[in-house]
Amino acid sequence: MALPLPRPLSGEFWRRLLRRDAPESGPVLLHRKRIYVLPSANGLKLGVLLIAMLIGAINYNNSLGYLLVFLLATLALLSAVHAFINLNGLRLRGGHPTGVFAGEPLHFPLSVENPGPRARSAVVLRQGDEPVNLDLEPGQGRWIELERVSERRGRLALGRITIETLYPLGLFRAWGYLNLDIQGLVYPRPADERGLPPQLFSDESGSGELGRGSDDFLGLRPYHPGDSPRHIHWKALAREQGVLSKQFGGEQSRRLNLEWDLLPGLDTEARLSRLCRWVLEADEAGLSYGLRLPKLSIPPAHGDRHRERCLEALALYGEAP
Amino acid sequence: MNRASRLMLLFALAPILAPHLWRMPVWLGLIGLLLFAWRAAIDWRGLPLPGKWLRTALTLLAFGAVLITYKSIAGRDPGAALLTLMLCLKLLEMRSLRDASLVIYIGYFLVAVGLLFSQSIATGMALFLVIFLLTAALMALHQPDTELRDYRRHLRLSGGLLLQSLPIMLVLFLLFPRIPGPLWGMPNEGLSGLTGISDTLFMGGITELADSEAIAFRAQFDGEPPPPGKLYWRGPVLWHTDGQLWKPLDATQLRGLRPLAPYEAEGEAVDYTITLEPHGRRWLFALDLPARPRESISVGHRATPDYQLHSERFVNERIRYRMRSYTDYDTGLISLWEARLGTQLPPNANPRTRALVKQWHGLSDTQVVSRALAMFREQPFYYTRTPPALERNPVDEFLFETRQGFCEHYAAAFVTLMRAAGIPARIVTGYQGGSLNEVDGFLLVRQSDAHAWAEVWLDESGWTRVDPTAAIPPERVLYTPDQNRFDSVIDREMIAGQWLAETLLGLRQNWDAINNAWHQWVLGFDDRRQRQLFERLGLDGLPWLKIILIMIGAIAALLLAIALYLSLGRARADDPLQRLWLRFCRRMEKAAPPRRIDEGPMDYAERLAAAVPERAEAIRAIAGEYARQRYAEGGGERDTLRRMIRELR
Repeated sequence: MALPLPRPLSGEFWRRLLRRDAPESGPVLLHRKRIYVLPSANGLKLGVLLIAMLIGAINYNNSLGYLLVFLLATLALLSAVHAFINLNGLRLRGGHPTGVFAGEPLHFPLSVENPGPRARSAVVLRQGDEPVNLDLEPGQGRWIELERVSERRGRLALGRITIETLYPLGLFRAWGYLNLDIQGLVYPRPADERGLPPQLFSDESGSGELGRGSDDFLGLRPYHPGDSPRHIHWKALAREQGVLSKQFGGEQSRRLNLEWDLLPGLDTEARLSRLCRWVLEADEAGLSYGLRLPKLSIPPAHGDRHRERCLEALALYGEAP
Repeated sequence: MNRASRLMLLFALAPILAPHLWRMPVWLGLIGLLLFAWRAAIDWRGLPLPGKWLRTALTLLAFGAVLITYKSIAGRDPGAALLTLMLCLKLLEMRSLRDASLVIYIGYFLVAVGLLFSQSIATGMALFLVIFLLTAALMALHQPDTELRDYRRHLRLSGGLLLQSLPIMLVLFLLFPRIPGPLWGMPNEGLSGLTGISDTLFMGGITELADSEAIAFRAQFDGEPPPPGKLYWRGPVLWHTDGQLWKPLDATQLRGLRPLAPYEAEGEAVDYTITLEPHGRRWLFALDLPARPRESISVGHRATPDYQLHSERFVNERIRYRMRSYTDYDTGLISLWEARLGTQLPPNANPRTRALVKQWHGLSDTQVVSRALAMFREQPFYYTRTPPALERNPVDEFLFETRQGFCEHYAAAFVTLMRAAGIPARIVTGYQGGSLNEVDGFLLVRQSDAHAWAEVWLDESGWTRVDPTAAIPPERVLYTPDQNRFDSVIDREMIAGQWLAETLLGLRQNWDAINNAWHQWVLGFDDRRQRQLFERLGLDGLPWLKIILIMIGAIAALLLAIALYLSLGRARADDPLQRLWLRFCRRMEKAAPPRRIDEGPMDYAERLAAAVPERAEAIRAIAGEYARQRYAEGGGERDTLRRMIRELR
């Protein structure tokens, strides 16, 4: 309950002191050794007041005065116990955040579960400036979101979060630190210029059909997961004929090769930024595209999952796996 | 800090401010009340807060009002008034959570200040109520987005907290070291005027004798109490008169008297303990006559030559002391100086009295005494608490004209008669009698028992008590309770058969006993009582450090017990809807593995339906109803869910 006391000067001691705890994965249980309890500023003020009242009671030999001081002191002590119990036993788990582009805030989903037996009130989770306040009934779990603004592309970890409470009387603060292993992807910021330059398009034709464009309707086939929802034949679905995807011939002859080498003269980040914009535009148009980076090559495809793969490759370019 | 929590705070502050506002002079109380009502209006209606200039003006107004009323701001009464008004003013500028916390702390302090005015049982109970409400308000403050309908929950939690604190508070109250005596001097005011006794007597000055039921002191006799006729409690002794005013001896005159020589005691000693209420003076009351103290009476004191007891320190707090007295005594011879002082009369005052006494020339001293008493008994003298006023020759006017008065008149007149006859006499003031509480054996002496009587010096018995008021026959006593004055133990035979009177008497005595126990054991729990407690617990003789360690250990053990109680046990939700749901889940534990935390109600219902197919309908309906009430806006009634759950199985 109080400050944990590993052997001084051991490695564990310094690690705890400097808060270099390694991130933990999986559900984390807030238990006795992780929770600290100390008087808050208000609690200290009340302490001073109680001392003054005690001196008054001694001086006037006022029995009810003693009683009042003891009652308030006891309430304060008890509130420390209640604050600790308010946090003890909570289970926290990280969810998977969806990727954002650099400069946007990354929302980390976090699940807080109260296995009971008591309700939890006014539990505050904080990372940075925006605290999230929640109450939990026994047996209730809730998902909340913590934000971190991303600056650069790459992986962004949630980092250390503080969980604390001033429940019930604001006299004592119980808190703990958690370093959950949750990371999100930050994609490079897409370049401002729009449009797909023509040299991206290859003339590879597969089946020899020189199609008239990407709007040539070829036929229907069963839906594969990953097909763009734009190509689903909704009418067929409404007629209960199953989920079918429309196929367009143009796709086979209009393929994009998003090549790293097509951007000489730009530095790495600018290139990635431009490539990111192209990926987005290609995906928006429903075209098939491939991505070729110096160390990585992704064959042309289309769909949501393909887009994610490409964006991820762009985000993590240059990082060790 | 939202509107709901502010309103809860105001509701909690009202019973704290009320007694102070009531006690203050009316205009001050009204100022405070208006300020409070203003804040209430602000919160209830959403009005804006007053600006800085207005607030400063109000502060100065409050300060000035207190200063004008009490002529100072130091001391108990002005201090309490000032603090009360400051709290009301602070309310008007309360904006943030920090302001509210400060207001609550001033509230706590104001409660403590209130204890300087009253420590009765009612105050004790009000104490808990007030802390109960304030704690709930504090809880609400720290709960963002609380609503007014959450108030019941806050009250329940506050009550739980309070109940949990009782054992620890008791440990602290009993074991925390009690330091005797004040740490510095204490203000005297607020205690004067509490006593019916004075050390001056202005004959005819009082035309209405108040009848205060306030307790003067309690006496507990080791053995049987003496008969009521011997229950005279000695206070100031008055010698010198100018015809109207009677005063005690001053230092020069006292020097001439021999120091307290032991008198001859006849009969057995009476030992008793007195619990004396504070009265701001130095008098210690004792039964006539107090023995030369052979044992310490635990309060620094000295005895005067006229058998008064004076404490070294002002009696500003309740004290308890043991005494020994002898009710039958012979004080022996007196010196010429003492006789001179005892026959002092102003030369020209009260001529008719002197003339009357001349007629008794030639009688022996005892005969003179009898004559005077016979006069009171046979002639139409009346005892009343509202006599006519007397002027320059009060004894003459009383004896020959008005013939109505109370104890002071009779005592002063009698002593004047004696002195005119050359017999040394003096007035003794103090208390007479008291009511014996049959429940606990304590003798309760109230301010209304204050009395004045006379002592005359006779050859054969020394200073002898004579109570002229006792000479008045009962039919001429014009105030019913005074008729019982000389039967302080109310004659049970008198009221036997009148069951209402008996019941009332019984109730009264029981209440007195409870009140007495409160005074003795709670209010009177000082260092001596604590030592007695330690003896009984076998803790006496331990050094203070060990006691403190035991106290801390007990507190830690209790805290641990409470922590365990809170952490273990079945899940208990605060929200009634959740309680119903949990009860349902618990019941279903027999049918299927328990619900996982991340399992939503519908998924859980599906699992249950698979396990108990014959109830699948009802189970799904219950889960659906719960989900609707919990997550949808404006869901259904809890009672519906309760009924559905009850109908299951």
